[in-house]
Amino acid sequence: MFLLADNVWLDALLRMTIVAVLVPVGVILLTWVERKVIGRLQQRLGPMHVGPFGLLQGIADTIKLMTKEDVRPDSADRPTFELAVFVIVVPVFMAAVAIPFTADIFVRNMALGLFYFLAVSSLGIVGFVMAGWGSDNKYALLGGVRAGAQLISYEIPLILSAVAVAMLGQSLSLYTLVELQDNTPFIAYQPLAFVIFIIAGLAELYRQPFDIPVAESEVVGGPTVEYSGIRWSMFQMAEFVSLVLISALASLLFLGGWVWPFGADNATWLQVVLMVVKTSAFILFFMWMRVSVPRLRIDQLMALCWQILLPFAFLQIIINGLVLVYDWPSWTLTILSGAAAIAMGAIIYRVARRSGVLYQTSGAAEQVGLVL
Amino acid sequence: MTIKSEPFVVNVGPQHPSTHGVFRLRLTLDGEKIIDADMIMGYLHRSMEKLAEERTYTQNIPFTDRTDYLAAMTGNLAYVIAVEKLMNIEVPERAQFLRTIMAELQRIASHSMAIGIFANDCGAWQTPVMHMFRDREKILDLFEMACGARLTLNYMRIGGVSRDIPDEWMPQAHKLLKELPKRFAEYEDLLLSNEIIIARSRGVGVLTPEQAIAYSVSGPMLRGSGVAWDIRKADPYAAYDKLDFEIAVGTNGDCYDRFVIRLAELRQSLYMLEQALDMMPSGPVHQRLGTSTVQPGTQPIAPLAFRPPVGEAYGRIESPRGELGYYIVSDGGPSPFRFHIRSPSFINLTPLKLMAIGSTVADAIVILGSVDIVVGEVDR
Repeated sequence: MFLLADNVWLDALLRMTIVAVLVPVGVILLTWVERKVIGRLQQRLGPMHVGPFGLLQGIADTIKLMTKEDVRPDSADRPTFELAVFVIVVPVFMAAVAIPFTADIFVRNMALGLFYFLAVSSLGIVGFVMAGWGSDNKYALLGGVRAGAQLISYEIPLILSAVAVAMLGQSLSLYTLVELQDNTPFIAYQPLAFVIFIIAGLAELYRQPFDIPVAESEVVGGPTVEYSGIRWSMFQMAEFVSLVLISALASLLFLGGWVWPFGADNATWLQVVLMVVKTSAFILFFMWMRVSVPRLRIDQLMALCWQILLPFAFLQIIINGLVLVYDWPSWTLTILSGAAAIAMGAIIYRVARRSGVLYQTSGAAEQVGLVL
Repeated sequence: MTIKSEPFVVNVGPQHPSTHGVFRLRLTLDGEKIIDADMIMGYLHRSMEKLAEERTYTQNIPFTDRTDYLAAMTGNLAYVIAVEKLMNIEVPERAQFLRTIMAELQRIASHSMAIGIFANDCGAWQTPVMHMFRDREKILDLFEMACGARLTLNYMRIGGVSRDIPDEWMPQAHKLLKELPKRFAEYEDLLLSNEIIIARSRGVGVLTPEQAIAYSVSGPMLRGSGVAWDIRKADPYAAYDKLDFEIAVGTNGDCYDRFVIRLAELRQSLYMLEQALDMMPSGPVHQRLGTSTVQPGTQPIAPLAFRPPVGEAYGRIESPRGELGYYIVSDGGPSPFRFHIRSPSFINLTPLKLMAIGSTVADAIVILGSVDIVVGEVDR
């Protein structure tokens, strides 16, 4: 680890400044990437006119959003409404502090980095509920309640799958966890935890098929419906930063971060390339999902979380516990976890095919005596 | 401890992305569950039926473009059939085939949109719509070649069609017919067995055959409930009696069945188009209207102002949305005495309350999407 300044405090401050500057710039680029990728997947061109390949579109949009009138509904609960934005954005930046991007590039290398990340990033839920309540809008309220229910539920499988990895590495430091993967990434030992992590990550980012809180065709943006201009762009920024963070965390925990496959002592530029490639792969996957699948209903979403993901997340922890306690060879982990992952996939597939058993259908007419 | 709760009224629309226009659905909710649903219409009322009473029969054709603006050809067709019945006009063979071809192309365009928007309402964020637009675009190009317009076509005339198709039309149509099966196979692949679409729409918004008939719904909604009723078979018009096709029928009457029927009808339309293009005869495309309609002793005014005999007629066709009927009463004057539109969107919407109560907000959106309304036609 190298220091940017001699004084530790000054060093920390400089690092945080770099994060605070780089992140919004990255987000502007990322919005361009997302619009291009989604445009291509939808037989469109995406942004074309501002700058080469529409590259400056994000900057133009930022200027537009910043100069836009800040509209606040008269009946909104002002402190809640205005504070909600910060309650969402600040935890995201706080979480960014804990992510090591390479062996040298990070803000703080915490011994409890994983724990800190998970703890801080779940604070955003409060912001969504506040935004939903404070807007005094019925769609926002519905969206806020949905967000609360969804994010709290999916927090649990997300954390449990991360815990499974932490068990394996016997550490909560992201740095240590990555260094342990110089031969084999943890995805080889923990496929089940990986699948659960990605599904729960999609739900945490409220992307399709789990975009229920912000569902445009139902609650028209949900908690964000009354926000405009710079406040709305803060929501967007929080969303994109969390996208990067969840992707980065997935590549650190499961794909060996900057270490695998070239070992722990490769050059810094190679580490950066590795991280960028792995993180972008996840980001592209999330973008791809966004335009590829329809949305689940809230009861189906809950059923998926509590009846499938959660038991299987515990199963992964039990498997890890058995292997660690009885000192079984590491390939047993791969086989047990892989078999469990396949079983989970099969169950989800069967349940979705045979809708009406786990997923309650609405027997509309009979219940209310409207039958002719 | 019981938590005090009270019903919660949400207005879906008139400004809402899923009402597909300015339609308003007032839902009373208990949590996410719908306990009451009210439909409030009239935001797009343009008084077409009354306006039509002040215009000549030919001048009314553009109105029929603007009721169901996603299927202007079929709107035109239903109206001219009604007027032709009123005046006993024989339409030339070629014009009949042109009408059939245009109506089926329009059905493909309209069903594509319906399927795309249904998937959009299920939450597939715009991708299906964008892909469907790709096909619809090519059909609109064909319309543009034939009549110069893309949306409000005004192509049909009383006694035929406004003009013959240009020479380049046929090759381009054949090219499109070769392309479409590949696209349809792709949509069937991606949408038909999509687990999430099945989970979202199977068993949702069920309408039994008895209910469907009682509410007099028609089109894919009626066929989705398992009633094999299609005016193209039951009361053939244009050249449908010469074409071979099958009626797609559902079994459960839920949103999924309606969606599947639209996909199946794309295939049937394509099959009909292939036959019609091969069978197309040559000849005139417009029957000149006799002078007998001009009252003797008066200056023969423009052919626009012909006067049908006193009487009434009801012309009906199978539009992409269902039975579209025009009921016209003539008092012998140059404009209709009464001009009534039996619009399928409006009537198919009536069982919405029945289907929505007891389901959730998310289901209500899917149900509304599966009905496939065009608000221009609901309100007229």
